[in-house]
Order: sequence, then structure tokens, then C-alpha cells
Amino acid sequence: MLKQALVATLLLAALPVAADTPQQLIAGYAAQAASNQPGFVPSAERGRQLYMNRFALADKMPNCAACHTEKPVAPGTHVITGKAIQPLAPAANPERLTSSSKVEKWFKRNCSEVVGRECTAAEKADFLQFLANGG
Amino acid sequence: MRHSPRLIAIAALCLAALPALADKLRLPATPNAAWQEECTSCHLGYPPSLLTAANWRQMMGSLDRHFGANARLDPGTRDQILVFLEQNASTKETRQSPSLRISETPWFRHEHDEVPARAWSDPAVKSAANCGACHRGAAKGNYDEHDVVLPVAARR
Ligand code: HEC
Ligand code: HEC
Ligand code: HEC
Repeated sequence: MLKQALVATLLLAALPVAADTPQQLIAGYAAQAASNQPGFVPSAERGRQLYMNRFALADKMPNCAACHTEKPVAPGTHVITGKAIQPLAPAANPERLTSSSKVEKWFKRNCSEVVGRECTAAEKADFLQFLANGG
Repeated sequence: MRHSPRLIAIAALCLAALPALADKLRLPATPNAAWQEECTSCHLGYPPSLLTAANWRQMMGSLDRHFGANARLDPGTRDQILVFLEQNASTKETRQSPSLRISETPWFRHEHDEVPARAWSDPAVKSAANCGACHRGAAKGNYDEHDVVLPVAARR
């Protein structure tokens, strides 16, 4: 019994901080970034550059804006399938940036496809700051 | 209420057509929640009955290379979705797809043999996998003949 309770506690402690607001998510990534970049402060401007920068690794999805449009408050379209994508900015879509696991999952997929590698914690903090500011 | 003989005849004809209706394409009544979350985000949810269990197993084993996209999932979620897909898969040979594309099965080709070639290349369609471009109810699993519209450019 005691052992099980202990294991459960350890498991809970190991879970990523249950963040459910954009601000909590940004703070989480910023803290991670600060561990190798002391004094790190998220920058919406650097986030905008990541969003717009044409990495052009895949011709159909050169940058994040290819699917999410140049304005993250606007609805987008998946460039391959044509499916509509709801706006990324919380100001236009309150469901956004409310689940750390969902955000992490899409960073993994979209960064590897568009940037060609996983995004760093600093890039993620900047990107979310840009979205939280409404683009 | 009085029924005209004509109405009764129509009703009888409808009943006779029922076995065919039973075969109509539908999404499972209660789709698995993880499937709903994960498999309808980049495209509409494709009905599990359009491929075989072996096809779904193969697809779920290579989600990191998924038709040019990275659809990777954690193993727990993946296994849960696979069970749902297998349980609702087809056993028909005509719905087996070496390429794993529904749009390349003999069943799909047969259902669409009267669709003009230019409809597939229409910019509003992009891809035969974009069922919703022509079947307006596709996202809800409705592929009825009566709800099909061809994109404007293809309707000449
Ligand atoms: C090929 C199209 C495509 C491209 C390119 C793309 N995304 Fe996305 N993105 C999606 C789709 C699809 C979703 C999930 C759709 C939904 O939840 O409505 C998504 C969701 C997200 C989310 C989840 C937000 C939330 O809380 O729900 C984040 C974060 C994100 N994308 C970031 C990025 C970044 C960063 C880039 C560029 C490096 C990028 N995306 C490029 C298609 C794309
Ligand atoms: C990250 C985006 C993404 C996610 C998530 C995703 N898919 Fe796909 N899927 C695609 C793309 C892109 C295609 C190719 C579409 C095209 O060619 O028009 C595709 C194609 C397909 C096709 C073939 C359609 C055809 O007939 O050509 C099937 C079946 C399919 N997906 C099933 C699934 C299932 C099941 C899941 C959930 C485990 C899933 N997809 C999740 C992006 C995704
Ligand atoms: C370019 C437009 C177009 C696209 C894209 C398309 N279809 Fe169709 N589909 C049609 C048309 C038109 C018919 C009616 C053909 C007929 O009855 O002669 C049809 C018929 C069907 C039928 C038979 C309906 C009935 O009541 O008999 C099914 C099922 C179906 N399509 C499924 C799909 C699926 C699944 C996809 C995506 C993987 C898809 N279609 C993509 C145009 C399209």
C-alpha cells in the first residue's frame, strides 16, 4: 500500500506542471530556457520571426504561416489536405494554449517538419508569447 | 389518415431497397475519443470500414512517415486507436490497399468511376483524399449520393 502511494506520488511529481493557461505554458518554457541561458526573457518579436521565417525544407510547407496564415488570429488551412484549421491565437480561439501535452505534441510534429529539428525551449517560449500577444 | 396506392407502392419500393441501405457507409456511432482527437485534426476522420485491419495495423506502425506528414503518437494512444480501427475495419478484399490510401482501393475506384477526371485535379479538391470537397457531409460520415457537389470548375 505505502509503496503504491509512494509510486503514485512520484509519478505525479514527474508529470509536466499541469499548465492550463498560456501564461503558465510560457513561464514553463521560459524557466527551462533560463537554465542554459540565464536571464532569458520571452520575446514576441523573436516568436514572430520563427512564425514567418521561410525554412523552405518542404515546398508545400515552407513556414508555420503556410498552414496557420500570416495572422495567427485568422483561421488557416492545412496545405496538403485542405482542412480548415482554427486560429492559433488564444484571443481568437480560447481553446488554444490550454493543454501542455497538446502544445508539446504539435511543436514536436510541426517543428520537425518545418524547421527540420525540434524547437528549443527558448523558441517555444518566444512563439507562445507571440501567439498570446495576438500576433 | 388515408394512404394513396401510389404512396404505398413507394413505401414498398423503399423497403425493398433496405438491404442496400444497410450497406451504406457510416462512421461508428460512438467513435473512440482518442481517434476523434488525433485522427481528425489534419483531415476529416476517414471511416474505419474503408480499409482492412491489416492496412490499419501497418499505418499505425509508421505514423512518423504518414503520407508526407509526421503524425506520431505515444504508444498508449496509438494502441488504443488501433483497437478501435481493427474492430471497425472491413474484411472485403476490394477495400484492401497496398498503398494504404482509401482513394486507391478497388472499392473507391468503382464508386467513383463516373466522376470526370477534371474533378480530381480541381484546385478546390487538391487530392482524392479530400472527401469533404465533394461530399458536404463527409466530416460527419455522410457520403450519400444526394449530398455530393462537384467543385465549380469541374461542373461544365
Ligand atoms: C502542414 C500544416 C501545418 C504547418 C506548416 C504548421 N502547423 Fe501547427 N498545427 C497544424 C494543425 C493541423 C494543428 C492542429 C489543429 C487543431 O488543433 O485545430 C496545429 C496546431 C499547432 C499548435 C497547437 C496549439 C494548441 O494549443 O492547440 C501549435 C503550438 C502549432 N501548431 C505550432 C506550429 C509551429 C511552431 C509551426 C512552424 C514551425 C507550425 N505549427 C506549422 C498544422 C500545421
Ligand atoms: C499531422 C497531420 C496528420 C495526422 C495527425 C493524421 N494524418 Fe492521416 N494524413 C495526413 C496527410 C497529409 C495525408 C495525405 C492527404 C492527401 O494526400 O491529400 C493523410 C492521409 C491519410 C489517409 C489516406 C487517405 C487517402 O485515401 O489517400 C488515411 C487513411 C489516414 N490519413 C488516416 C489517419 C489516421 C487513422 C490518423 C490517426 C492515427 C491520421 N490519419 C492522423 C496527415 C495526418
Ligand atoms: C471530386 C469529388 C469527390 C471526391 C474528392 C470524393 N468523392 Fe466520393 N463521390 C463523388 C461523386 C460525384 C459520387 C457519386 C457517383 C455516382 O453516384 O455516380 C461519389 C460517390 C461516393 C460514394 C457512394 C455514395 C452512394 O450513396 O452511392 C461513397 C461511399 C464515396 N463517394 C466516398 C468517398 C470518400 C470516402 C472519399 C474520400 C476518401 C470521396 N468519396 C472523395 C465525388 C467525390
